[in-house]
Amino acid sequence: AGTKGNTATPIGHPTIQATQRMAPLHLFIVNKSGGLIHHRPLGPRAPRIGTNEWLRIGSTFHSLHAIAAEASPVRLPGNKNPYGADDGIEKIEAGGIVLCCLQTRTGVKFVITAEPSTPDLDLMLREIYVLYSDCALKDPFYELEMPIRTDLFTSAVDALLERFDSRGTKVR
Amino acid sequence: MSRSQTPSSILDRPIGRSGRGSGSEGMVSLSAFAYLYSELVQYHQSRVASISELERRLESAGYGVGLRVLELLAYRARETKRETRLMNILHFISSNVWKSLFGKAADSLERSIDHADEFMIVDYEPITSTFVSVPADLGQLSADAYISGIIAGVLEGAGFTARVTAHSVAVEEGEYTKPPAMPNLPPRKDKAVFLVKFSREVLARDAALER
Repeated sequence: AGTKGNTATPIGHPTIQATQRMAPLHLFIVNKSGGLIHHRPLGPRAPRIGTNEWLRIGSTFHSLHAIAAEASPVRLPGNKNPYGADDGIEKIEAGGIVLCCLQTRTGVKFVITAEPSTPDLDLMLREIYVLYSDCALKDPFYELEMPIRTDLFTSAVDALLERFDSRGTKVR
Repeated sequence: MSRSQTPSSILDRPIGRSGRGSGSEGMVSLSAFAYLYSELVQYHQSRVASISELERRLESAGYGVGLRVLELLAYRARETKRETRLMNILHFISSNVWKSLFGKAADSLERSIDHADEFMIVDYEPITSTFVSVPADLGQLSADAYISGIIAGVLEGAGFTARVTAHSVAVEEGEYTKPPAMPNLPPRKDKAVFLVKFSREVLARDAALER
Protein backbone atom coordinates (compact mmCIF):
# COMPACT_ATOMS: atom_id res chain seq x y z
CA ALA A 1 0.00 0.00 0.00
CA GLY A 2 2.99 2.28 -0.21
CA THR A 3 3.24 3.13 3.48
CA LYS A 4 6.71 3.35 4.91
CA GLY A 5 7.85 0.64 7.30
CA ASN A 6 6.76 1.10 10.89
CA THR A 7 10.33 0.82 12.18
CA ALA A 8 11.97 4.02 13.32
CA THR A 9 15.33 4.91 11.82
CA PRO A 10 17.94 5.24 14.58
CA ILE A 11 19.56 8.66 14.83
CA GLY A 12 22.74 8.85 12.81
CA HIS A 13 21.76 5.89 10.67
CA PRO A 14 21.75 6.82 6.95
CA THR A 15 18.20 6.80 5.65
CA ILE A 16 17.43 4.05 3.16
CA GLN A 17 14.43 3.88 0.88
CA ALA A 18 11.72 1.71 2.39
CA THR A 19 11.70 -0.46 -0.73
CA GLN A 20 15.42 -1.15 -0.46
CA ARG A 21 15.36 -2.29 3.14
CA MET A 22 16.00 -5.96 3.47
CA ALA A 23 16.79 -7.41 6.83
CA PRO A 24 15.13 -9.99 9.05
CA LEU A 25 13.46 -8.47 12.08
CA HIS A 26 12.30 -11.12 14.53
CA LEU A 27 12.25 -14.85 15.01
CA PHE A 28 9.75 -16.62 17.19
CA ILE A 29 9.05 -20.28 17.73
CA VAL A 30 5.68 -21.60 18.90
CA ASN A 31 5.23 -25.12 20.24
CA LYS A 32 2.36 -27.40 19.31
CA SER A 33 0.11 -26.19 22.13
CA GLY A 34 0.49 -22.55 21.16
CA GLY A 35 3.00 -21.54 23.81
CA LEU A 36 5.96 -19.43 22.83
CA ILE A 37 9.25 -21.25 23.29
CA HIS A 38 11.70 -18.83 21.77
CA HIS A 39 11.84 -15.27 20.53
CA ARG A 40 14.72 -13.04 19.56
CA PRO A 41 15.44 -9.98 17.48
CA LEU A 42 17.43 -10.66 14.34
CA GLY A 43 18.55 -7.22 13.28
CA PRO A 44 19.24 -3.68 14.44
CA ARG A 45 15.95 -2.27 13.13
CA ALA A 46 13.79 -4.81 14.95
CA PRO A 47 11.26 -3.02 17.19
CA ARG A 48 11.52 -3.81 20.88
CA ILE A 49 8.53 -5.75 22.18
CA GLY A 50 7.96 -6.81 25.79
CA THR A 51 7.92 -10.48 26.80
CA ASN A 52 4.20 -10.53 27.66
CA GLU A 53 3.43 -9.03 24.27
CA TRP A 54 5.47 -11.80 22.73
CA LEU A 55 3.49 -14.47 24.53
CA ARG A 56 0.27 -12.90 23.27
CA ILE A 57 1.61 -12.65 19.71
CA GLY A 58 2.71 -16.29 19.80
CA SER A 59 -0.61 -17.70 20.95
CA THR A 60 -2.60 -15.39 18.65
CA PHE A 61 -0.57 -16.55 15.69
CA HIS A 62 -1.10 -20.16 16.69
CA SER A 63 -4.88 -19.69 16.70
CA LEU A 64 -4.86 -17.76 13.42
CA HIS A 65 -2.82 -20.52 11.84
CA ALA A 66 -5.31 -23.14 12.95
CA ILE A 67 -8.31 -21.08 11.77
CA ALA A 68 -6.68 -20.38 8.40
CA ALA A 69 -6.29 -24.11 7.81
CA GLU A 70 -10.03 -24.58 8.36
CA ALA A 71 -11.05 -21.48 6.41
CA SER A 72 -9.03 -22.37 3.32
CA PRO A 73 -11.44 -23.02 0.43
CA VAL A 74 -9.15 -25.61 -1.18
CA ARG A 75 -7.93 -28.61 0.73
CA LEU A 76 -4.91 -30.14 -0.97
CA PRO A 77 -4.89 -33.92 -1.27
CA GLY A 78 -1.79 -35.45 0.25
CA ASN A 79 1.04 -33.35 1.57
CA LYS A 80 2.76 -31.45 -1.21
CA ASN A 81 5.12 -29.53 1.03
CA PRO A 82 8.17 -31.71 1.84
CA TYR A 83 9.16 -29.59 4.80
CA GLY A 84 6.02 -29.47 6.87
CA ALA A 85 2.23 -29.53 7.02
CA ASP A 86 0.40 -28.13 4.06
CA ASP A 87 -2.43 -26.07 5.44
CA GLY A 88 -2.23 -22.96 7.54
CA ILE A 89 -0.46 -19.65 7.13
CA GLU A 90 2.73 -19.71 5.09
CA LYS A 91 3.27 -16.06 4.35
CA ILE A 92 1.68 -12.73 5.25
CA GLU A 93 2.76 -9.74 3.17
CA ALA A 94 1.99 -6.22 4.26
CA GLY A 95 3.23 -2.78 3.29
CA GLY A 96 6.13 -2.61 5.66
CA ILE A 97 6.60 -6.16 6.79
CA VAL A 98 6.55 -9.73 5.58
CA LEU A 99 5.94 -12.72 7.86
CA CYS A 100 7.00 -16.23 6.93
CA CYS A 101 6.01 -19.37 8.77
CA LEU A 102 7.23 -22.96 8.64
CA GLN A 103 5.14 -25.55 10.40
CA THR A 104 6.77 -28.90 11.07
CA ARG A 105 5.01 -32.25 11.20
CA THR A 106 5.11 -32.15 14.98
CA GLY A 107 3.24 -28.86 15.11
CA VAL A 108 6.18 -26.61 16.01
CA LYS A 109 5.95 -23.34 14.09
CA PHE A 110 8.98 -21.29 13.14
CA VAL A 111 7.97 -17.71 12.32
CA ILE A 112 10.19 -15.01 10.97
CA THR A 113 9.29 -11.37 10.32
CA ALA A 114 11.35 -9.24 7.99
CA GLU A 115 11.40 -6.10 5.93
CA PRO A 116 9.62 -6.45 2.58
CA SER A 117 12.33 -7.31 0.08
CA THR A 118 14.39 -9.67 2.23
CA PRO A 119 15.43 -12.68 0.13
CA ASP A 120 15.69 -16.32 1.19
CA LEU A 121 13.35 -16.24 4.17
CA ASP A 122 12.13 -19.79 3.64
CA LEU A 123 15.71 -20.96 3.32
CA MET A 124 16.54 -19.26 6.59
CA LEU A 125 13.54 -20.91 8.24
CA ARG A 126 14.60 -24.35 7.08
CA GLU A 127 18.14 -23.84 8.37
CA ILE A 128 16.77 -22.67 11.71
CA TYR A 129 14.66 -25.84 11.79
CA VAL A 130 17.83 -27.88 11.25
CA LEU A 131 19.57 -25.96 14.04
CA TYR A 132 16.59 -26.58 16.34
CA SER A 133 16.72 -30.31 15.68
CA ASP A 134 20.49 -30.33 16.27
CA CYS A 135 21.01 -28.02 19.23
CA ALA A 136 17.75 -28.31 21.13
CA LEU A 137 16.45 -31.81 20.42
CA LYS A 138 19.80 -33.56 20.86
CA ASP A 139 20.57 -31.73 24.08
CA PRO A 140 19.76 -33.98 27.08
CA PHE A 141 19.11 -30.95 29.25
CA TYR A 142 16.41 -29.49 27.03
CA GLU A 143 12.82 -30.37 27.95
CA LEU A 144 10.49 -30.71 24.99
CA GLU A 145 7.93 -27.92 24.49
CA MET A 146 9.67 -25.78 27.12
CA PRO A 147 11.36 -22.43 26.40
CA ILE A 148 14.67 -22.92 24.62
CA ARG A 149 17.54 -21.71 26.80
CA THR A 150 20.39 -23.61 25.20
CA ASP A 151 23.43 -21.40 24.47
CA LEU A 152 24.40 -23.54 21.52
CA PHE A 153 21.12 -22.75 19.73
CA THR A 154 21.53 -19.01 20.31
CA SER A 155 25.11 -18.90 19.08
CA ALA A 156 24.27 -21.15 16.14
CA VAL A 157 21.47 -18.77 15.06
CA ASP A 158 23.93 -15.86 15.44
CA ALA A 159 26.37 -17.63 13.16
CA LEU A 160 23.58 -18.37 10.66
CA LEU A 161 22.59 -14.70 10.55
CA GLU A 162 26.19 -13.68 9.93
CA ARG A 163 26.42 -16.15 7.07
CA PHE A 164 23.27 -14.81 5.46
CA ASP A 165 24.38 -11.21 5.98
CA SER A 166 27.81 -11.65 4.43
CA ARG A 167 26.56 -13.71 1.55
CA GLY A 168 23.96 -11.20 0.44
CA THR A 169 21.63 -12.97 -1.97
CA LYS A 170 22.43 -16.65 -1.69
CA VAL A 171 22.99 -18.42 -5.01
CA ARG A 172 20.50 -21.29 -5.16
CA MET B 1 30.91 -64.61 8.08
CA SER B 2 28.61 -66.69 5.89
CA ARG B 3 24.98 -67.25 6.69
CA SER B 4 22.72 -69.97 5.40
CA GLN B 5 19.91 -67.47 4.84
CA THR B 6 19.70 -63.69 4.71
CA PRO B 7 18.82 -62.08 8.07
CA SER B 8 15.10 -61.69 8.32
CA SER B 9 14.63 -58.85 10.77
CA ILE B 10 16.44 -55.60 11.38
CA LEU B 11 17.65 -56.92 14.74
CA ASP B 12 19.70 -59.66 13.07
CA ARG B 13 21.52 -57.34 10.71
CA PRO B 14 24.79 -55.71 11.77
CA ILE B 15 24.61 -52.08 12.85
CA GLY B 16 25.91 -49.56 10.36
CA ARG B 17 26.70 -50.01 6.73
CA SER B 18 29.32 -52.70 6.31
CA GLY B 19 31.95 -52.66 3.58
CA ARG B 20 32.29 -48.90 3.76
CA GLY B 21 35.81 -47.50 3.72
CA SER B 22 38.44 -49.43 5.61
CA GLY B 23 37.89 -52.54 7.62
CA SER B 24 34.65 -54.26 8.44
CA GLU B 25 33.63 -51.73 11.08
CA GLY B 26 30.67 -49.88 9.72
CA MET B 27 29.72 -46.33 10.55
CA VAL B 28 26.64 -45.17 12.42
CA SER B 29 25.10 -41.74 11.88
CA LEU B 30 26.11 -39.10 14.40
CA SER B 31 22.48 -38.07 14.86
CA ALA B 32 21.47 -41.59 15.86
CA PHE B 33 24.26 -41.73 18.43
CA ALA B 34 23.44 -38.22 19.69
CA TYR B 35 19.78 -39.07 20.30
CA LEU B 36 20.63 -42.36 22.00
CA TYR B 37 23.25 -40.73 24.20
CA SER B 38 20.89 -37.88 25.05
CA GLU B 39 18.33 -40.43 26.26
CA LEU B 40 21.01 -42.21 28.31
CA VAL B 41 21.91 -38.97 30.06
CA GLN B 42 18.26 -38.10 30.69
CA TYR B 43 17.59 -41.59 32.04
CA HIS B 44 20.35 -41.27 34.61
CA GLN B 45 19.63 -37.65 35.43
CA SER B 46 16.13 -38.48 36.64
CA ARG B 47 17.56 -41.07 39.05
CA VAL B 48 20.46 -39.26 40.69
CA ALA B 49 20.67 -36.64 43.40
CA SER B 50 23.97 -34.99 42.55
CA ILE B 51 26.21 -34.06 39.64
CA SER B 52 29.07 -36.33 40.69
CA GLU B 53 26.74 -39.30 40.87
CA LEU B 54 25.54 -38.59 37.33
CA GLU B 55 29.16 -38.48 36.16
CA ARG B 56 29.87 -41.76 37.94
CA ARG B 57 26.91 -43.43 36.27
CA LEU B 58 28.00 -42.22 32.84
CA GLU B 59 31.52 -43.46 33.55
CA SER B 60 30.28 -46.90 34.54
CA ALA B 61 28.20 -46.98 31.36
CA GLY B 62 31.37 -46.38 29.36
CA TYR B 63 33.44 -48.84 31.38
CA GLY B 64 31.87 -51.88 29.78
CA VAL B 65 32.47 -50.39 26.34
CA GLY B 66 36.15 -49.92 27.19
CA LEU B 67 36.65 -53.54 28.24
CA ARG B 68 35.05 -54.85 25.06
CA VAL B 69 36.82 -52.40 22.75
CA LEU B 70 40.18 -53.52 24.10
CA GLU B 71 39.41 -57.19 23.41
CA LEU B 72 37.98 -56.45 19.98
CA LEU B 73 40.84 -54.28 18.78
CA ALA B 74 43.48 -56.66 20.11
CA TYR B 75 41.75 -59.55 18.34
CA ARG B 76 41.32 -57.70 15.05
CA ALA B 77 44.91 -56.46 15.01
CA ARG B 78 46.09 -60.06 15.61
CA GLU B 79 48.26 -58.89 18.46
CA THR B 80 50.10 -61.77 20.06
CA LYS B 81 51.69 -59.67 22.78
CA ARG B 82 49.89 -57.38 25.14
CA GLU B 83 51.05 -53.92 26.12
CA THR B 84 52.97 -53.74 29.36
CA ARG B 85 54.44 -50.25 29.18
CA LEU B 86 52.59 -47.13 30.21
CA MET B 87 53.39 -44.97 27.20
CA ASN B 88 52.51 -47.80 24.82
CA ILE B 89 49.06 -48.35 26.24
CA LEU B 90 48.41 -44.62 26.26
CA HIS B 91 49.45 -44.40 22.62
CA PHE B 92 47.21 -47.35 21.86
CA ILE B 93 44.27 -45.53 23.43
CA SER B 94 44.86 -42.16 21.86
CA SER B 95 45.34 -43.54 18.37
CA ASN B 96 43.81 -47.02 17.87
CA VAL B 97 40.88 -46.81 20.27
CA TRP B 98 40.02 -43.27 19.23
CA LYS B 99 40.26 -44.10 15.53
CA SER B 100 38.00 -47.11 15.78
CA LEU B 101 35.41 -45.37 17.93
CA PHE B 102 35.42 -41.82 16.58
CA GLY B 103 37.11 -42.08 13.19
CA LYS B 104 40.08 -39.91 14.10
CA ALA B 105 43.02 -40.00 16.51
CA ALA B 106 42.89 -38.02 19.76
CA ASP B 107 44.24 -34.53 19.33
CA SER B 108 47.03 -34.76 21.85
CA LEU B 109 48.52 -36.84 24.63
CA GLU B 110 50.33 -34.91 27.33
CA ARG B 111 52.11 -35.63 30.55
CA SER B 112 51.41 -33.44 33.53
CA ILE B 113 54.31 -31.35 34.76
CA ASP B 114 53.26 -31.17 38.39
CA HIS B 115 52.38 -34.80 38.95
CA ALA B 116 54.34 -37.70 37.59
CA ASP B 117 51.34 -40.01 37.68
CA GLU B 118 48.98 -37.83 35.63
CA PHE B 119 48.51 -37.83 31.88
CA MET B 120 46.05 -35.93 29.74
CA ILE B 121 44.32 -36.96 26.53
CA VAL B 122 42.83 -33.99 24.72
CA ASP B 123 39.97 -34.09 22.23
CA TYR B 124 38.79 -30.83 20.72
CA GLU B 125 35.48 -32.18 19.44
CA PRO B 126 34.20 -35.13 21.45
CA ILE B 127 31.00 -36.48 19.96
CA THR B 128 29.30 -36.97 23.31
CA SER B 129 29.11 -33.23 23.85
CA THR B 130 28.73 -31.88 20.30
CA PHE B 131 25.09 -30.96 20.82
CA VAL B 132 25.04 -30.56 24.58
CA SER B 133 24.69 -27.23 26.36
CA VAL B 134 25.16 -27.73 30.08
CA PRO B 135 22.84 -25.37 32.00
CA ALA B 136 24.37 -23.02 34.55
CA ASP B 137 23.01 -24.87 37.57
CA LEU B 138 24.92 -28.02 36.61
CA GLY B 139 28.15 -26.02 36.33
CA GLN B 140 30.97 -28.54 36.43
CA LEU B 141 29.28 -31.45 34.73
CA SER B 142 31.04 -32.83 31.72
CA ALA B 143 28.91 -34.86 29.35
CA ASP B 144 32.11 -36.62 28.22
CA ALA B 145 32.18 -38.70 31.41
CA TYR B 146 31.11 -41.59 29.16
CA ILE B 147 34.38 -41.36 27.23
CA SER B 148 36.42 -41.24 30.43
CA GLY B 149 34.62 -44.45 31.40
CA ILE B 150 35.71 -46.00 28.10
CA ILE B 151 39.34 -45.01 28.76
CA ALA B 152 39.14 -46.41 32.30
CA GLY B 153 37.73 -49.68 30.95
CA VAL B 154 40.53 -50.06 28.42
CA LEU B 155 43.19 -49.35 31.04
CA GLU B 156 41.65 -51.67 33.60
CA GLY B 157 41.36 -54.46 31.05
CA ALA B 158 45.00 -54.01 30.09
CA GLY B 159 46.08 -54.22 33.73
CA PHE B 160 46.73 -50.54 34.46
CA THR B 161 44.49 -49.31 37.27
CA ALA B 162 43.73 -45.65 36.83
CA ARG B 163 41.20 -43.02 37.71
CA VAL B 164 39.99 -41.10 34.65
CA THR B 165 37.99 -37.88 34.81
CA ALA B 166 36.67 -35.61 32.08
CA HIS B 167 37.04 -31.84 32.20
CA SER B 168 35.84 -29.08 29.90
CA VAL B 169 38.57 -26.57 29.39
CA ALA B 170 38.09 -23.36 27.44
CA VAL B 171 39.87 -23.24 24.12
CA GLU B 172 42.37 -20.41 23.71
CA GLU B 173 42.30 -18.12 20.68
CA GLY B 174 44.05 -19.72 17.76
CA GLU B 175 44.70 -22.94 19.61
CA TYR B 176 42.65 -25.10 17.28
CA THR B 177 42.97 -24.35 13.60
CA LYS B 178 41.13 -27.20 11.93
CA PRO B 179 37.68 -26.40 10.48
CA PRO B 180 34.84 -27.57 12.77
CA ALA B 181 33.44 -31.01 12.07
CA MET B 182 29.88 -29.65 12.11
CA PRO B 183 29.74 -26.88 9.51
CA ASN B 184 26.44 -25.38 10.56
CA LEU B 185 27.34 -25.11 14.23
CA PRO B 186 29.66 -22.41 15.58
CA PRO B 187 33.18 -23.56 16.59
CA ARG B 188 33.29 -25.11 20.03
CA LYS B 189 34.30 -23.02 23.00
CA ASP B 190 35.59 -25.89 25.12
CA LYS B 191 37.74 -28.88 24.54
CA ALA B 192 37.54 -32.09 26.54
CA VAL B 193 40.58 -33.04 28.61
CA PHE B 194 40.64 -36.56 30.03
CA LEU B 195 42.84 -36.68 33.08
CA VAL B 196 44.31 -40.13 33.68
CA LYS B 197 45.73 -40.70 37.13
CA PHE B 198 47.53 -44.01 37.52
CA SER B 199 47.81 -45.84 40.83
CA ARG B 200 51.14 -46.10 42.59
CA GLU B 201 51.64 -49.81 41.87
CA VAL B 202 51.34 -49.21 38.14
CA LEU B 203 53.96 -46.49 38.21
CA ALA B 204 56.29 -48.56 40.36
CA ARG B 205 55.90 -51.51 37.98
CA ASP B 206 56.60 -49.31 34.98
CA ALA B 207 59.69 -47.86 36.61
CA ALA B 208 60.90 -51.38 37.40
CA LEU B 209 60.42 -52.42 33.77
CA GLU B 210 62.41 -49.40 32.70
CA ARG B 211 65.57 -50.83 34.27
